[in-house]
Amino acid sequence: MQVSKEEILHIANLACLNIKEEEIEEYRKNLQDILNFANIVNSVNTDNISETIGSTSNVNVFREDEINEFKDEALLLENAPDKENNMFKIPKVL
Amino acid sequence: MSKEDYEVVIGLEVHSELSTKTKIFCSCPTEFGGEPNTHCCPVCMAMPGALPVLNKRVVEYAIKAGLATNCSIAHVSKNDRKNYFYPDLPKSYQISQFDMPLCTEGYVEIETKDGPKKIRLVRIHIEEDAGKLNHDEYGRGSLVDLNRAGVPLIEIVSEPDMRSTEEVDSYLKKLKSILEYIEVSDCKMQEGSLRADVNVSVRKKGAKEFGTRTEMKNMNSFRSITRAIEYEAQRQIEVLENGGKIEQETLRWDEVSGKTFSMRDKEDAQDYRYFPEPDLAIINISDEMIDDIRKSLPEMPESRRERYVKELGLPEYDSNILTSSKYLSDLFENATKVCNNPKAVSNWIMTDITRILNEEEKEPNEIPFTAEQLGELVTLIDKGTISSKIAKQVLEELFKNPKSPQDIIKEKGWIQISDESAIKEVVLKILEANPQSIVDYKAGRDRALGYLVGQAMKETKGKANPQMLNKMFLEELNK
Ligand SMILES: [Zn+2]
Repeated sequence: MQVSKEEILHIANLACLNIKEEEIEEYRKNLQDILNFANIVNSVNTDNISETIGSTSNVNVFREDEINEFKDEALLLENAPDKENNMFKIPKVL
Repeated sequence: MSKEDYEVVIGLEVHSELSTKTKIFCSCPTEFGGEPNTHCCPVCMAMPGALPVLNKRVVEYAIKAGLATNCSIAHVSKNDRKNYFYPDLPKSYQISQFDMPLCTEGYVEIETKDGPKKIRLVRIHIEEDAGKLNHDEYGRGSLVDLNRAGVPLIEIVSEPDMRSTEEVDSYLKKLKSILEYIEVSDCKMQEGSLRADVNVSVRKKGAKEFGTRTEMKNMNSFRSITRAIEYEAQRQIEVLENGGKIEQETLRWDEVSGKTFSMRDKEDAQDYRYFPEPDLAIINISDEMIDDIRKSLPEMPESRRERYVKELGLPEYDSNILTSSKYLSDLFENATKVCNNPKAVSNWIMTDITRILNEEEKEPNEIPFTAEQLGELVTLIDKGTISSKIAKQVLEELFKNPKSPQDIIKEKGWIQISDESAIKEVVLKILEANPQSIVDYKAGRDRALGYLVGQAMKETKGKANPQMLNKMFLEELNK
């Protein structure tokens, strides 16, 4: 399995990462190794095993529709780098 | 080639906020409004380590919507992460459903000028709403309010089955009415609880292939959806007629200029890299659960309409209007229970109530008075306590300051004069003042009677019982 430089740049762009030209090869190799490992897992014979679609064996873990308000409002914005009127202040979004 | 040679093809993705008490993955209230960031907790604010737990009622409501729109309900379903960056989405992914939605392959039937038509649904899935971005006073930054983040939504995806803005309008109205009937959403457009992404393409009439489509996101009024589709279809036709090509892209509809604009910077945005949400368990739905929900479905508009026509003898047209909104239909039924006069209640709703709603640009669910008060109003007319002219004034009053119509007429002194001696007094007074009318009447001019009754009504400020006036004038004139 080959991962191209273009794919790395595309994925970096989607993840909002700025990677340097000299880093591209390293990421390309790492990602390729991960995908190749996934291919090893894929090659395991699963003929008589039923399909799983989730990451745990839990099924139907639900909450009842009952309000339980979080009391410590101040705590929620405590680590905000900047705030105004009890809102997170961020660089201007158009 | 002209516009008439083309056909417009429209598909909708409708997002509807569910009217649960709490958010989809945490116990924060979904109530609209409130000071910024006061309906929030570590889960809906995406604090590291916070884990979501699915609200059972969200699953039930989505299944309810699926059953009401003839969908198949999945026995196994799951949530997935849809990854994109935007400051109103604190986790940088939205928990939605990708390949295993709760409901698939349904349809909604609409009325068109060529008869009924089925608009097919691809799917209905559950997902979470995003927060809201506000702009600060000086325009230097943006402010993030996460009160809406995590409010449950269903997304209803249609096939591109609509061919005109009229069909889109009926489809949306029908969908809104269904969601209101089954009480899973308030569908308040002004609060954004019903919004649509609109896909539009055009093709030459008779063509088999669809044209390239463009998408307009997050439209929240029926009027702008209709205007936007009309503009966009025309724009596409012009591009094609000039030998151009339609680009598949997301457009922004600008309400003020009435035009669509390209949002080219979002090229990569469609690559959402969905993957299964590892923090949530798989959803298994038993036949028993589906049956229970099916049994809880209320009587739907079609069945109510039929009952109104067959059992209550209302005209088809009136029954259609009454059942177009669950609110109107409930108002009609509950008021009828009070006064036992369905035709009169229907007439009030169809004429004066609808007129006042239109004048005030209000939706039926904003009617301030109760069904009981409307029923009481009709009873007061039926019993002859007030004339229908006074009743109109009482209705205006009910819109301004809703309370018992009985109290309104007492306070305003609007009780109809049905006392025989009082009526007679007025009749004699009017006859004495209008000798010419008596002469005219005796000469065979029937209009004179109408004039006299009118004068008597004027004299009593509309409070005299008109039938009694009529009768007594005739008696006196024919003496
Ligand atoms: Zn929360």
